[in-house]
Amino acid sequence: MTAEELTEKQAEEVARQQGLKNRILCCTAAGCISCGADSVRHALAAELESRGPGGNVEVCGTGCMGMCGRGPLVYDSADHQLYGNLTAGDARALLSENDSDRQGLASRSIDLQSPFFARQYKIVLANSGRVDPEKLTDYIAVGGYQSLAKALEEMTPRDVVEEVKRSGLRGRGGAGYPTGLKWELVAKQIQPTKYVVCNADEGDPGAFMDRSVLEGDPHRVLEGMAIAGYAVGAQQGYIYVRGEYGLAIQRLQTAIKQAEREHLLGTRILEQGFQFRIDLRIGAGAFVCGEETALIASIEGKRGQPRQRPPYPPASGLWGAPTLINNVETFANIPPIIERGGDWFAGIGTAGSKGTKVFALAGKIANTGLIEVPMGATLREILFEIGGGIPDHKFKAAQTGGPSGGCIPEQFLDIPVDYESLAKIGSIMGSGGLIVMDETSCMVDVARFFMEFCMDESCGKCIPCRAGTVQMHDILHRITTGAASEDDLEMLKSLSDLLRDTSLCGLGQTAPNPVVSTLRYFPEEYAAHIRDKRCPAGHCHITPQTEEVPA
Amino acid sequence: MSRHQYSGDALIEVLHTAQELFGFLSRPLLKTIAQKLRLPPSRVLGVATFYHFFSLEPKGEHRFVVCIGTACYVAGALGLIENLERRCTKAGQTTPDGKVSVETARCIGSCGLAPAVIYDGTVLARVKPEMLDLELNKIGVK
Repeated sequence: MTAEELTEKQAEEVARQQGLKNRILCCTAAGCISCGADSVRHALAAELESRGPGGNVEVCGTGCMGMCGRGPLVYDSADHQLYGNLTAGDARALLSENDSDRQGLASRSIDLQSPFFARQYKIVLANSGRVDPEKLTDYIAVGGYQSLAKALEEMTPRDVVEEVKRSGLRGRGGAGYPTGLKWELVAKQIQPTKYVVCNADEGDPGAFMDRSVLEGDPHRVLEGMAIAGYAVGAQQGYIYVRGEYGLAIQRLQTAIKQAEREHLLGTRILEQGFQFRIDLRIGAGAFVCGEETALIASIEGKRGQPRQRPPYPPASGLWGAPTLINNVETFANIPPIIERGGDWFAGIGTAGSKGTKVFALAGKIANTGLIEVPMGATLREILFEIGGGIPDHKFKAAQTGGPSGGCIPEQFLDIPVDYESLAKIGSIMGSGGLIVMDETSCMVDVARFFMEFCMDESCGKCIPCRAGTVQMHDILHRITTGAASEDDLEMLKSLSDLLRDTSLCGLGQTAPNPVVSTLRYFPEEYAAHIRDKRCPAGHCHITPQTEEVPA
Repeated sequence: MSRHQYSGDALIEVLHTAQELFGFLSRPLLKTIAQKLRLPPSRVLGVATFYHFFSLEPKGEHRFVVCIGTACYVAGALGLIENLERRCTKAGQTTPDGKVSVETARCIGSCGLAPAVIYDGTVLARVKPEMLDLELNKIGVK
């Protein structure tokens, strides 16, 4: 397909969709599927068939619509209504034009003007919930692959790198390294073989942004990677995706095949000289593989153990070749940046953090689901306006950044959420998991939970991490069972410093973060466990210990 | 293996396929893979034991995978595990009759539906111990 044909196809598909009387969109992301979206979709399709041809109505599946807590969700394009908590029995009413038939649906209609939708700003998720992830034409209809065409036809690789630099986009995997700089580093290398790797090994417990992007809009990520390949001079890309994400893997495979068939990937992309292949690599359940050097080892078929850096992957990565590694969300940001320009993107967000961020809201919050907000939105806006607040109990803390992040207490609810502000209060942006805890959650136990996670996931290569996480977990376990002393607390602090300073990779260096941040903001909870042998949240089972009486 | 041209780099892909075909990775199977890919058996065993996904033991007829990601943890995943452990076997093991395996997972990414359990490949949402009881009764676990 050439660029002209692409534009023609877009116009054709847009015209076809506008000609339809109604398009009923069913959310078929993993969240909705697990509460029965498939049966709703099949019932809709069967109902449509029973009405015979000529209805001019289409039923399609889409990616995540965001409000995962109210699934299965269906969007009716004719009356612009979103319905939640549906069952297969609602299919008839959904397709009916008769108001009396539709009455039963009214109570399950979700207000699209509510803050949950109105306060969001969607760039990465713009297509999620609107296009069918299994249809290439759907993606083309919303302007898909036009950015790739623009990059190939109107821009030099150097221009593309400059545009990304101008946008101020920073890595969305958590650390926030400027994406443009990374691209420049790889582009500068003179070796003929280079690789582009998409890190989709989303391991943080409580994070499902990347999965939703891959499931809801896989072509966007492929397009972003192809543009990256063009910019840095690579001809081969890999997507390293978690083995747990079956649906994402399946949709990516479909998307890659479709794109190759239409010459949007593979050899002679858009009938031009550029070639770029993308292959999938399936992870096998190791959190440490999200670390870039461990990820490289895993793609090479080895144990996923990190190695000493430098050399960094842009200089020597996959099989020793210069390698560009970016996160799913980072690549998903690339097509809009190329389409609308780096300056447009740089106009959104705060001084140091540009654009938007996708968060996965989970835990004790009314609206669990997937949201996207401009950088610099406050936690209060995210949790209480968009998230709908905490049901039944009082807010205690929000946890960001998974096992490498920290807990944010109530007094910081009004700080803007960007890379710098979060780092200042001892947490990190992380990949975007946001878990809300109320007063029934015990912070010491949360710290113990994350330490247990790091202990299990430590690859065992360096000693501070391998032995340190075990020691720290032991102490935290003693605290939560009421068997700890004040000395243990001191030991915990010194171990935290040791791990941070001497571990080989990010896993060990950041493993103490949850402990450090809970110690900093909730010291009284530690004290209550150690001194008074009680758990203020009433979560831990502390068995009262009998005082030892000296003989 | 031939799809990957017997390349050692494709070890993880080969192990994935092997586990899909045979259900688990037996020692003789690992040895065969090592020979075919021309890798030392230690490297194959090392990789197979490093990743949580690969299992060197056969799995039960029915599998319960309880998610213990943060969201599920604060929503009460431990209670679900306790229930399964009481009625079946310890987490990470299979009942002696080979009927049920109880496993745990590090976040399956269905945090909006916490606590979640994958039962024979289907995600169950907002699981309560009674729901597990119901499923266990259905398959005849005492």
